[in-house]
Amino acid sequence: MTSPLVSLRGVEKRFDDGTEALSALDLDLGRGEFLSIIGPSGCGKSTLLRIIGGLSIPSAGQIAWDQEGDRQPSGGDLAVVFQEPTLMPWARVIDNVMLPLKLTAMDREDARARAADVLARVGLAGFEQAFPRQLSGGMKMRVSIARALVTAPRLLLLDEPFAALDEITRLKLNDDLLELWAQHGWTVVFVTHSVYESVFLSNRVVVMSPRPGRIIADFAIEEGYPRGRNFRHEQSYAHSCRAVSDALAKAMAS
Amino acid sequence: MRRARHRLLDAVIPGFAALAFLGFWECAVRIAHTPTYVLPAPSVILATLIRDHSLLMASLFFTLKITLAALAAAAIGGGLLAIASAESRALERILFPFSVVLQVTPVVAIAPLIIIWVNSPLAALLLCAWIVAFFPVLANTTQGLNSVDPNLQALFRLYGASRWQTLWYLRLPSSLPYFLTGLRISGGLALIGAIVGEFVSASGGQETGLAYRIMEAGYRLDIARMFAALLLISLTGIMMFIVLSALSWFLLHNWHESATKEES
Repeated sequence: MTSPLVSLRGVEKRFDDGTEALSALDLDLGRGEFLSIIGPSGCGKSTLLRIIGGLSIPSAGQIAWDQEGDRQPSGGDLAVVFQEPTLMPWARVIDNVMLPLKLTAMDREDARARAADVLARVGLAGFEQAFPRQLSGGMKMRVSIARALVTAPRLLLLDEPFAALDEITRLKLNDDLLELWAQHGWTVVFVTHSVYESVFLSNRVVVMSPRPGRIIADFAIEEGYPRGRNFRHEQSYAHSCRAVSDALAKAMAS
Repeated sequence: MRRARHRLLDAVIPGFAALAFLGFWECAVRIAHTPTYVLPAPSVILATLIRDHSLLMASLFFTLKITLAALAAAAIGGGLLAIASAESRALERILFPFSVVLQVTPVVAIAPLIIIWVNSPLAALLLCAWIVAFFPVLANTTQGLNSVDPNLQALFRLYGASRWQTLWYLRLPSSLPYFLTGLRISGGLALIGAIVGEFVSASGGQETGLAYRIMEAGYRLDIARMFAALLLISLTGIMMFIVLSALSWFLLHNWHESATKEES
C-alpha cells in the first residue's frame, strides 16, 4: 500500500461552548481513494471534513500530510463542496466557477476558458451567462462541483452535496461524479447520510460513532469501477449495504 | 392578459382615487366659501404654482441641491465608515457610540448649534441633512457586511483569498441590498434634514429653500403658496423614492429576492 495522503492521529475537537465533537479519532486517507464517511446526525462528520480541509483547527491530535515539503495542501490543491451549492447569487455561472482562479490572479482569459471547459464537463455548456437563481437545484450543485474542479484539486471534500436534491437528480449526479473521478483520479472524501450512496460511490466507507465522533467501522468496497446502474442490483452491493447499515445501527445504539 | 388588466387597474385605481379626493376638496371649499387663507382650493394652489413658478423652482433647486449633496455624502461617508467598522472591530467600537448619539438626538435640537458653529449657511444645512441621512446607510451596510454566508467565507479562506479580495468579491456584493435599503431610507431623511435645517436657520437672501418659502408665505398669510411649496417637497420626496427604488431594482433584479418576481 502506498503511504497515505493524510493521516489523522488522536484528533479531538471541542467547541467553545464545551461540545465535544470528535474524540481520539484516527484515520488514514489513501491517495486516489474514494472514502465515504457515514454516521448519525451530529456525530462530527462535517467537523472532520472541515478539519481535513483546514477550515477548522483540531483541539488536539496530529494531522500529517504526506507530500513534498510536508505541508498541508492549500488553494487549488484542495476543494470543498458543501451541502448547499454556496454560489455567489450576484455572479453569473461562469464567474462563480472562475472564482478560485481569480483569487490566484490567473490570467482572465485562461481562467474563463478553463471554467467553460469544466462547465461543459459537468453538463452545463450553454449556461455560462445564467445567474444561479435561474438554475434548478441539481444544476446549482453542478456549478458548485464545477467550481471545485476548476483548480484540478488533488483532494476533493464533499459535505453531503446531494442531500437536498431529489432522488432522480441525485442518482444522475452520483453517476457523473464517479465518471469524473475515474477520469481524474483525485482523492475524495464524501460525507453522506445515505448508506446506499456511500456504497455505490466509494471504495472505502468508514462509520462514525455518535458524538463525540470517532471511527468505529471501516469497510473496503471491493467492487471495481466503472460501476454502472446495474451495480445497485448486484448481490455484492446489497451485501455491503447491509454490513454498513448494521455498523451504523450499532453506532446509533451505542 | 389578466396580468395586463391587473397592472392597468393598479395604475388607474390610485389615480382615480386621487382625482376624486381633489374634486371633493375643490367642491367642498367652493360650496363652503372657505377663505383662501384657511384652506385654498386645489385650483388656487395650481394657479399659485404657475404664477410663482420661478421663485418656487429656484427654492426647489436649492433644497434639492442640499438634499442630493447630503445623500451623496451619506452614501459615501456611511458606506466607507461601514467598511472601516466591518474591517476593524476596534474602529467599530469607537465609531458606533458616536453614530448612535447622532442618530438618537433629534436633528432639530442639534441644528441651532450647527448653524452657530458653521459659518457657511450652505455647509450648515448640508451638515444637518447629512447627520440624519448617514445613519441608515451606516447601520444597514454594516449589517450587510457582517451577514456573509459563512460557507462562502470558508471557501474564500480555503482558496487563500486576501482581505482585500474577500472584501471586493464577497463582502461588498453581499452587502449591496442592505446598502440600497439604507440609501432608500436616507433619501427621505436627507430631504427632512435639509428642510429642518432651513427652518432652524431661517435664512433668507439670495439662495433660499422651500422651507424658507413656507415660513415666508406663513408670515404673509399666503397659504396657497405654502401649499404649493409643500406640494413640491412631497413630490421631491416621492421622486427620490422612485429613483432610488429604480436604482435598487436595476442593481438587484438579476439575483436578489427583494427585486425578483416569483415564477408563476
